[in-house]
Amino acid sequence: MTQIELRGVQKYFGAVQVIKDLNLAINDNEFIVLLGQSGCGKTTTLRAIAGLETIDEGDILIDGKPVQHLKASDRDIAMVFQSFSLYPHMSVYENIAFPLRATRMGRGEIDSAVRDIGKILRISDLLEKKPSALSGGDMQRVAIGRALVRRPKALLMDEPIGALDAKLREEMRAEIKRLHIKQGSTTIYVTHDQIEAMSLADRIVIMHEGVLQQVGTPDEVYSHPANLFVAQFVGSPVMNIADAAVTEAPSSASVTVGGAETGFSFPRELLAKLNGHAASKLALGIRPEGIIVRHDAADGFMPVEAQIIEPLGSYDIVDLKVGSKMLRARTRSGFVSGIGERLFARVDPVQAHFFDTASGSSLGIKL
Amino acid sequence: MAHIQLKKVSKTFGNHTALIDLDLDIADGEFFVLLGETGAGKTTTLRLIAGLEKPSEGQVFIDGVDVANWGAAERDVALVLQQYSLYPRYTVRENLEFPLKPKIRRLPDAEIKDRVDRAARTLRIEHLLDRKTDKLSGGEMQRVSIGRAIVRKPRVFLMDEPLSALDAKLREALRTELKNLQMQLGATFLFVTHDQIEAMSMGDKVGVLNHGRIVQTGTPHEIYNNPRDTYVASFVGSPPMNLIDGKLVNGRAVMAPLNFELPFSGGAKAFGGLKAGAATDGRALVFGIRPEDVYLESGAPVEARVHDVENHGVEKILTLRVGDAMLRATVPARTDVAIEQPVRFAWNPDKVVLFDKGSGVNLRHAS
Repeated sequence: MTQIELRGVQKYFGAVQVIKDLNLAINDNEFIVLLGQSGCGKTTTLRAIAGLETIDEGDILIDGKPVQHLKASDRDIAMVFQSFSLYPHMSVYENIAFPLRATRMGRGEIDSAVRDIGKILRISDLLEKKPSALSGGDMQRVAIGRALVRRPKALLMDEPIGALDAKLREEMRAEIKRLHIKQGSTTIYVTHDQIEAMSLADRIVIMHEGVLQQVGTPDEVYSHPANLFVAQFVGSPVMNIADAAVTEAPSSASVTVGGAETGFSFPRELLAKLNGHAASKLALGIRPEGIIVRHDAADGFMPVEAQIIEPLGSYDIVDLKVGSKMLRARTRSGFVSGIGERLFARVDPVQAHFFDTASGSSLGIKL
Repeated sequence: MAHIQLKKVSKTFGNHTALIDLDLDIADGEFFVLLGETGAGKTTTLRLIAGLEKPSEGQVFIDGVDVANWGAAERDVALVLQQYSLYPRYTVRENLEFPLKPKIRRLPDAEIKDRVDRAARTLRIEHLLDRKTDKLSGGEMQRVSIGRAIVRKPRVFLMDEPLSALDAKLREALRTELKNLQMQLGATFLFVTHDQIEAMSMGDKVGVLNHGRIVQTGTPHEIYNNPRDTYVASFVGSPPMNLIDGKLVNGRAVMAPLNFELPFSGGAKAFGGLKAGAATDGRALVFGIRPEDVYLESGAPVEARVHDVENHGVEKILTLRVGDAMLRATVPARTDVAIEQPVRFAWNPDKVVLFDKGSGVNLRHAS
């Protein structure tokens, strides 16, 4: 049972503030992913929880007890890094057993703990080998084994699979997730890879320039991004963002982008929902799959012209020219035959987002 | 602009054979992508065309003329590399002007200015012209290197992994920009990459290179839907095509050793279908099916367990476990599945591609 909580955490490196007033509560058994670009403060946050960095203000609580003054070794937290940092002269067995040697655990007990971990990580037949004889994936398995063997309160991982090639990364990602489900330890995982975050996390914590942007389940973060940064950081191809003007139409609302002659048709309730917001300038956000394209004219669809088509195999990404703005739509493979083709497009109101251009915040409008 | 042909080109470096019997035909104004893994011979091909290497055998033609005795300068090609190699102490403008100011054949000043301004406009770097190049971001630097190639108005653009050093978001943006640029210029582009998404999304034609041989040349659509062999099938597409060993028994696909059966309707209809008599009952085959053509359904014929879930927001890629084998299935984002949950799946029999087990060749391609 391990809960971790950060309260008003601030951290400076010289004059640079790398963590700004961070508040976060992590539940027992939860898999939390800290996601952000390099330099956003995610690794510093992780290291602060582990006790490898001090903090300048705030509290770090483990199971309700402040630990910010405790040494790393007294926090009972295990950490796995991108570089495996195994002892090269010791066998895999000894590497995994090492953290237990310093404890009062008996030989027999250590042996069964090491062999159990070996079984879980499927490295039982590697126990007698030296690390230099292992592949990258196996080395990382050993590093994880060494972290887990002493049953720490929490497992912290800093881009543990970032150095592996694409195929191995996928395999290891699946293993880490499966291991977590089986072992159920509170886990904090740092990455810059949004697919990794979306696939592993119970909740994702997105950071940018030391500031927490949003905490939410993968679905929340993808479907209801809190601001423009999150909207454009999560999802590929990136969400379309366009300055928008909303006007009243006879039985609907109209959202114009790129100075186009006509606007996208929205339900009238959009006007009422926008009324509550003082945003001076609006941006429409719509993911490529939220733009619906057809070949012939239909009610609510506006004429657009296809530009670049990117065939990606199972689907295509088509650039649509709307006024002076380019919007990218996701279509069935081969749906649009060529550049210059005239098409008709609609924005699915349910998948549309509205942002205040000045603050970047989502207006939280759900249609 | 230029039409490029390679005829029976081989290249050896000492004992190492880099290219074997390479035939390549790049039409004037075409965006041709050479796709292959590290060491496949991509860069060697590019350097042969640039005149930086001489073929051990065979000929290189530019616009029908054998260029064996032409030096690199005479071939009038522009090379853009992953490394930007700009002059750090020069401004962007000076970097762009540089190729136009050789001691001999120096262009008139007005012409230089005109070309630089036009290139800057095309690449949207006008606002950077007076900045020193060491003050630029990676994406901006790569735009300037491309600009330096454009101003010369070369006959051919040769690009060696120009996007590989950039981060994912920027790569995505520059992909479209480069394709756009090529169309605006109407120039012949030979683009070398190991990234199948770049190849698919940008290429008019893609040539897949494996161990110094061209395995298949075709449009992205052909390569994706009608791969010549299991190598191309598993290299192109993310996730790759599922490949399962089995044979045909009484019109059903029987997997062995996996021991499950699926209906078979004669295989993919596109590209002319199978040649008559090509697939005989009992022949050892590999069945190929793309993840988007595998679907979950409660009454479907085969049971599997969910091994992993990769969440892309717009869709989920499931890894299904059948016996010891893993299969990928792309399912809508709303599909609610948990790891280790039992599911049932089927495939779209019209999309199945058959490969000969021994040679790995697609039966539609086999003569």
